[in-house]
Amino acid sequence: MLSYLLLALLVLTIAAYYAGLAKARSFAAATGPHKSHHSLAGYHGAFVAAWAGIPSFLLVVLWLLFQGPVVDQLLIASLPVERIQNLDAGQLNLLVSEIKSVAKGNIFGEPDEVVLAAAERYNSWNAIASWAMVASVLSLTVVALFVARSMLAPRFRARNHVESITTILMITCSLIAILTTVGIVTSLLYETMRFFSMVSPLEFFFGLNWEPQIAMRDDQVTAGGAFGAIPVYIGTLLIALIAMMVATPIGLYSAIYLTEYASDRLRAVVKPLLEILAGIPTVVYGFFAVLTVAPAMREFGELLGFSIAPNSALAAGGVMGIMLIPFISSLSDDALNAVPQSLRDGSYGLGATKGETITRVLLPAALPGIMGGILLAVSRAIGETMIVVMAAGIIAALTLNPFEPVTTVTVQIVTLLIGDTEFDNPKTLAAFALGLVLFIATLVLNVIALTIVRRYREQYD
Amino acid sequence: MQQLRIGASEMLSTVKPSLAESVAETKITARGISVFYGEKQALFDVDVDIPKNSVMAFIGPSGCGKSTFLRCINRMNDTIPIARVEGTISIDGRDINDPELDVVELRARVGMVFQKPNPFPKSIYENVAYGPRIHGLANSKSELDGIVENSLRRAGLMKEVQDRMNEPGTGLSGGQQQRLCIARAIATSPDVILMDEPCSALDPIATARVEELIDELRETLTIIIVTHSMQQAARVSQRTAFFHLGKLVEESETNTIFTNPADPRTQDYITGRFG
Amino acid sequence: MTEIAAESMRATHDWSSQAARRRVKRRYAADRRLQFYGIAAIGTAMALLAILFTSLIHAGIAAFTTTKVELAIFLDPTQIDREKPAEANYRKLVRGAFKAYFPDVTGRSQERELYKILSNGADYIVRDYVVANTDKIGQTVKLLVPVSDPFDQLYKRIIPRQIDALSNDRIILFEALKQQGVLSVVDGSGVAKTTVYIDPSKVPLEGGLEAADYDAMVKEGLRSLFLNEYSRSYEEIISDAAAGNLKALVASDPSLVGKTIDVELPLAANYDNLLLAGQATMRNPRFSSDDEFAWFDSLEERGLIANPFTWELFFNADSRFPELAGLMGALSGSFLALLVCFLLSFPIGIATAVYLEEFAPKNRITDIIEVNINNLAAVPSVVFGLLGLALFLNTFGMPRSAPLVGGMVLALMTLPTIIVATRAALKAVPPSIREAALGVGASKQQVTMHHVLPLAMPGILTGTIIGLAQALGETAPLLLIGMNAFIPSVENIGLTQPAMALPTQIFSWADSPERGFVSRTSAAILVLLGFLILMNLIAVYLRSKLERKW
Repeated sequence: MLSYLLLALLVLTIAAYYAGLAKARSFAAATGPHKSHHSLAGYHGAFVAAWAGIPSFLLVVLWLLFQGPVVDQLLIASLPVERIQNLDAGQLNLLVSEIKSVAKGNIFGEPDEVVLAAAERYNSWNAIASWAMVASVLSLTVVALFVARSMLAPRFRARNHVESITTILMITCSLIAILTTVGIVTSLLYETMRFFSMVSPLEFFFGLNWEPQIAMRDDQVTAGGAFGAIPVYIGTLLIALIAMMVATPIGLYSAIYLTEYASDRLRAVVKPLLEILAGIPTVVYGFFAVLTVAPAMREFGELLGFSIAPNSALAAGGVMGIMLIPFISSLSDDALNAVPQSLRDGSYGLGATKGETITRVLLPAALPGIMGGILLAVSRAIGETMIVVMAAGIIAALTLNPFEPVTTVTVQIVTLLIGDTEFDNPKTLAAFALGLVLFIATLVLNVIALTIVRRYREQYD
Repeated sequence: MQQLRIGASEMLSTVKPSLAESVAETKITARGISVFYGEKQALFDVDVDIPKNSVMAFIGPSGCGKSTFLRCINRMNDTIPIARVEGTISIDGRDINDPELDVVELRARVGMVFQKPNPFPKSIYENVAYGPRIHGLANSKSELDGIVENSLRRAGLMKEVQDRMNEPGTGLSGGQQQRLCIARAIATSPDVILMDEPCSALDPIATARVEELIDELRETLTIIIVTHSMQQAARVSQRTAFFHLGKLVEESETNTIFTNPADPRTQDYITGRFG
Repeated sequence: MTEIAAESMRATHDWSSQAARRRVKRRYAADRRLQFYGIAAIGTAMALLAILFTSLIHAGIAAFTTTKVELAIFLDPTQIDREKPAEANYRKLVRGAFKAYFPDVTGRSQERELYKILSNGADYIVRDYVVANTDKIGQTVKLLVPVSDPFDQLYKRIIPRQIDALSNDRIILFEALKQQGVLSVVDGSGVAKTTVYIDPSKVPLEGGLEAADYDAMVKEGLRSLFLNEYSRSYEEIISDAAAGNLKALVASDPSLVGKTIDVELPLAANYDNLLLAGQATMRNPRFSSDDEFAWFDSLEERGLIANPFTWELFFNADSRFPELAGLMGALSGSFLALLVCFLLSFPIGIATAVYLEEFAPKNRITDIIEVNINNLAAVPSVVFGLLGLALFLNTFGMPRSAPLVGGMVLALMTLPTIIVATRAALKAVPPSIREAALGVGASKQQVTMHHVLPLAMPGILTGTIIGLAQALGETAPLLLIGMNAFIPSVENIGLTQPAMALPTQIFSWADSPERGFVSRTSAAILVLLGFLILMNLIAVYLRSKLERKW
């Protein structure tokens, strides 16, 4: 039904365009010489179409967003008081889902009278709401069409009106970026607050034991789960450190060679190849870690006589390092290229070799830019998800041994939220608390890095 | 409101008087024009009257404000966010800053030709047809064809391009491109054309061709030309205004300016002491 | 800085002295060293790239073909109802046809093993064929049906028939024993010489010698050979028969009780083989009998096995059986999600960029928007997943696992890329074009719509394609909103239907234990990389062909 409604709306909007167009043309025909009317006929059409289409479309969207919750509230209010007075929020939710499932026709067992009656009400209310939506949307469209059309006149400034509407639409689009951030921050904060109402923030930030799985029975040892996230943070930092130890030297030395030594032809070949490394999806790196790197490391370890876990921090961090090579290399490249030629000339003029110029002059001069790049890469490393989900561990072990499995913030977020999720237990909400920590950490790193890079650029501009 | 609107339209579509009458008639009146770019003042209190169906040249050293003033006349300064214009300019007695006057309509009636030829990267035909099309000046394809042909003919370009109307305008030579831009400007049938150093990017032969064209267009249009070449000003204009350091120093008949300037600064400039 | 000082400096530095020459040499060596590090770094990066691609291609290439066996099936009209062809017992038909190749096979258990060669999906393939070709009922048709995963892998030589029975550390242990001279061959079978203490305390009062724990005594005896070993895995070296031998020995000579005696303990079968033949192998546990190999070989000899290109990889839905699993569900899910992503992010991104670049006044609000966009580009993708889960699914009650929601989340992630690319493209359009259009009286929006945007479009499209390519490979946010549903049929494809995406399919296959999914996963990755390369090539083409140089 919704698609038919949208189709009807589209047809009416097009009709509105032609209605406006036809009326504008009739002015032109009546008054004869051009320039007696203000705007082109097309703008008159667009004006009517915009007024016919846009408010109605917004009404549809709002209606869809609020129909569900409103009907739910009506449903709960209509249930007999004696039936719901003793239920807590969870049980009430369960009852509502049961009613909805019965309403859809999935009847399991013997639902009682109240549920059957409520399901019937639910269906009929939804039907009424849907028809009400169709009726109100279509009538709004038609009324808007005629009102807008009646406003047209030879000197009516249709173009200015249409342009104002377009400007408002563009501003709305620009606000989506802000709304996204607001959405991220509020949803993370809200769920985190709920989490902290169940688990003490002290435990979350300073606890050493992370066992978020909820026990089946109350008398089990980890009845509520343990939410000390220190091992998770340590694991994240360990893997990020390993990744940076792989990526920084390779990326930095590649950048040095490519900017200072390499021939144009070599650069033309190597740079796109490095870009390929940057374009490979992280799920592919994750599989590469599992398929090739981890077994190779294991065998290498066996050869040397010590055991490396198949999901060791080394394998996950190492592969993440490969992913970050192009990142470091291109940012270092930019930083080195931004060093003015005059500094190079000055150094060569003193008789310094190329190597001395690079290590004594270029690198110190480019250091802030390179540091900024490294910080951005660290932020990438701690936010990277798929490689660690596939190649790192799930158990939060408090260790710095790179041959042992460790877990990371992102791994925990994904493991806690995969599968069925109910938003009423600390296990699910813990993922949002971790998400908030991750969001803030990456944000801070980025702001610092971008500030450093910007200051550095300004220095040489 | 309604009254004013009609007034505005009437102003812009007044029938042009004959050439004889027009000599003394004033087309554009500027009073107390000052322009600020942010904190910096670029133009100081300029008053000038520009007669109808003639060519007026603005001369002066670079940065003297002559282009700034030119851009006030079709409100191109509106596009620079930090620019602020004070004073009034009226065309045919009508204030161009009147909020009731649509800047788009103003610019259709006050065409502009820029320093560097800037044809749209479209076909020659589309370049000229664009203005008439957005202003709805043609009711049919054949009417539009007529406007395009007529404009190209008046710009003296028709013979050179009639076989390649659908080729890109950017493929023409520099001089042809500039004449295409003039054709584009006259296609919206303006009363006034502003030219901002239109020949500075052209070779002498192309320059001569454009100057001839200016002289021909003068019969029906008011032309204001900014130029750094005094010879050009002397060749094409009837009146000349000399700007210096953001001020209008002197304005009179071109002959007078070049033979007997009133102000010593003008004297210094035209004799080549500075600039 | 007097002349004298300069004079003296020149005098003290002799460029031709030994020390100075050595110094210059050293400086050049340092320069070459730096170059070498650079080359080594680039070489490492290139080698890693090469290893990545070779290992994926090597593992994935096999999944582009499927091993199939040709069955001659009589579509018995008495068993297949022409009116309801889908309801016949195809399992019986398929098995009957397969059984016909092996008249010798009898007995239920043997038959069961025989049928393990066929894929579980064979029945459905025949059913679908019959439903599509009802006119063939009553005829005998030759159909290629896939074999089960282990035989597919066997035919492609990915897994062997025999595998090493002993792990590396066991063999090392064994070699050490051999070095000590403990092992020898007696009567054609291997034995280990050791001493055993016939411990009286292990002989119970009740039952006497009969009930003594000889096993424990043997193990104690072995312990003396492996004083350094902590794990007890060495015990498996000795055959289970050793305790019986010892029992027989003690039974024949009860006086041995309380003495330490030299014994030769028989080796367990695998170690025996290792000693005698130099290697110990066993049947790959994925096959249940050697007969299966014989049957499969005979099929191959008769020319009934083929290994054609498998279009099913692209056109089948997902399956728990690797030989049947295909990418259709993932491809359609990714397509729908990308479509939604494009329809949202392209217009919104362009509108935002055009507004900020061409219209917005420079004020605090536009500054905030710009900072916001830059920061959004750096937010980890998993956080967008959290947003989708909390906002779209939980608050707005949108359907879980749906491409619509996936596309919306991806659109939010792609927006910054498109905005940044669009702004760069708009900036590249020279101001003279804007002035020209303004000069003939175009309004600002007309200037933008008629001139600036069309000229910027190649750059915008390039950025959009690159953004969509990133979105295509994005996994984590889709996992969080549940776009990794197991969808074994491609009938219900829709924006609000549960779906899979290409990267989440890769993730879930990579997680599956069956060996066949390793090559399926690699093949799916190759398909994904193929799409990414295609999209990037289009972007490069657009950039080089359409972008105007000013």
